Amino acid sequence: MAKSNRLSKWLISGPPLLYLIIFFAIPSLIMAFAAFRFPGDYGGLLPLIAPNPETGASELLVNRENWRDYLTFENFGRFFDDSIYLELFIKSFWYAGITTLVCLVMAYPLAWLIARSPKKYRDLMILLVILPFWSNFLIRVYAWMIILGPQGYFTMAINQVLGLIGIGPIQLMFSHFAVIIVLVYVHLPFMVLPLYANLEKHDMALLDAAQDLGASGWQRFWKVTWPLSLPGVWAGAALVFIPALGMFAVPDLIGGTDGIMIGNLIKQQFLDSRDWPFGSVLSIMLTLAVLGLAGLAALIGRGGKRNAL
Amino acid sequence: MHSKQSKWLWAAALFVYAFLYLPLIIVVVYSFNDSKLNAEWVGFTFKWYEILFNDAQMLTAARNTLLIGLVTSICATVLGTLAGLAMHKYKLRLLPLLVLTPIAIPEILMGVSLLIFFVMLNMTLGLVSVTLAHIAFCIGFVAIVVRSRLQGMDESLVEAARDLGATPVQAFRLVTMPLIMPGIIAGALMAFTLSIDDFVITFFTAGAGASTLPLQIYSMIRIAVTPEVNAISTLLMILTLCLILLASKLAPSALRAE
Repeated sequence: MAKSNRLSKWLISGPPLLYLIIFFAIPSLIMAFAAFRFPGDYGGLLPLIAPNPETGASELLVNRENWRDYLTFENFGRFFDDSIYLELFIKSFWYAGITTLVCLVMAYPLAWLIARSPKKYRDLMILLVILPFWSNFLIRVYAWMIILGPQGYFTMAINQVLGLIGIGPIQLMFSHFAVIIVLVYVHLPFMVLPLYANLEKHDMALLDAAQDLGASGWQRFWKVTWPLSLPGVWAGAALVFIPALGMFAVPDLIGGTDGIMIGNLIKQQFLDSRDWPFGSVLSIMLTLAVLGLAGLAALIGRGGKRNAL
Repeated sequence: MHSKQSKWLWAAALFVYAFLYLPLIIVVVYSFNDSKLNAEWVGFTFKWYEILFNDAQMLTAARNTLLIGLVTSICATVLGTLAGLAMHKYKLRLLPLLVLTPIAIPEILMGVSLLIFFVMLNMTLGLVSVTLAHIAFCIGFVAIVVRSRLQGMDESLVEAARDLGATPVQAFRLVTMPLIMPGIIAGALMAFTLSIDDFVITFFTAGAGASTLPLQIYSMIRIAVTPEVNAISTLLMILTLCLILLASKLAPSALRAE
């Protein structure tokens, strides 16, 4: 019995496990290893295996004596030597942070309203939030290219208003404002869903009790609803912040040269400069940043829960 | 007091809904505009759709997209269902980690690591590499949907079947399978949608070998904003909308698992 149980456990979990080891774990490990390698003459990576010119058999080039010729910490040094890379990381964190904040401010009232609506409307209201998010990500970015473009009605209207108070026409495309607004647009549902899931479970009697004890509207929000909703806030923040941090298409299409983020630099290293070791260093730094943030969020989330109780 | 507060809430909510929908409505409306520029409304036309259906590159991209999506959804559904079952049934450490991390990390990381991996294996980048990559990131989404369906299932039904003499395989085939079927189908539709919509991972794993609709749209809008993009966008939106509404009918919890 126990034996057949173990067999069925492997039969069920084996295939997906094997697939994800081959196509997720191993590629990730190779990328981590690539960060310690030198770039090849034509980009990519310096080969570790090459055919021996005499015998023609494949041979491992690296050994105990010469490993320094094949493995290096130089790529990491390069990251810290030039401040532009760290500055770009900080700028990307800034973009992602503002995006998260704006998403939170926009999503909270909506999530609250949906959670307080009659049950029969809730599913529809949530579906209406999710639907636009299921249309292709590029289409949603493209829609804003139309709106923010110089000939768009929105830009023309804004410039007409600005013209009245004597400020010359401004360009909306390729500005920080444009990048943020599109980042908010593509990530907003990620904030609404966890907030709604959390707010829906609140016990309304707590608010009534607070009111009976004389709390004003704001007090009831700050002392009751907000602390209780913190787990939802943290979940939403993580779901918005992390993908926003690694974004490259939005800055590429909307940001111009001024609005680039970490993702653009990674893409550039892999595809344009073909400096894979340095691209891998940047990817590892991004991974570490994400892991660090996730750990931090889990820690604060736990603390928040304790405070709320 | 109460009504004043809810009026303010409704205004905020309507603003967000407008923010979500207006840009997409603009794309649909402009796809029927008889002007080369996405600016002034000139008149109604179907010509962008006609141009689209005569664009050989676009048709190849559409065929690639559907082919990749189909193979991806079949393979990811089988593997994801197994993963969901395993995660529900057994206490595992490695599998949940490998299933959930691809969903949690920025997509670009998976894209570049698979690029290195495929090139090191001397694989030609194209339809096959894209499909292998898509399966890898779709498994997790299918697994989550299937697992949530299993969590909502009444375990005693399986026990009853076993008491009545069914073998574990029979109990699974005759009781568990039919009960979680809506979840499996929803997972398959979700994998299909994720695959036909994916841009980032496709971008890194496609090489010059296989263009898909998102890649085609990307290269078009990088150069200039054209009404042809409005038309293809509108068609893609309609396709996705149908798939998602179908999925949400089959498993209402499927969408929220995201």
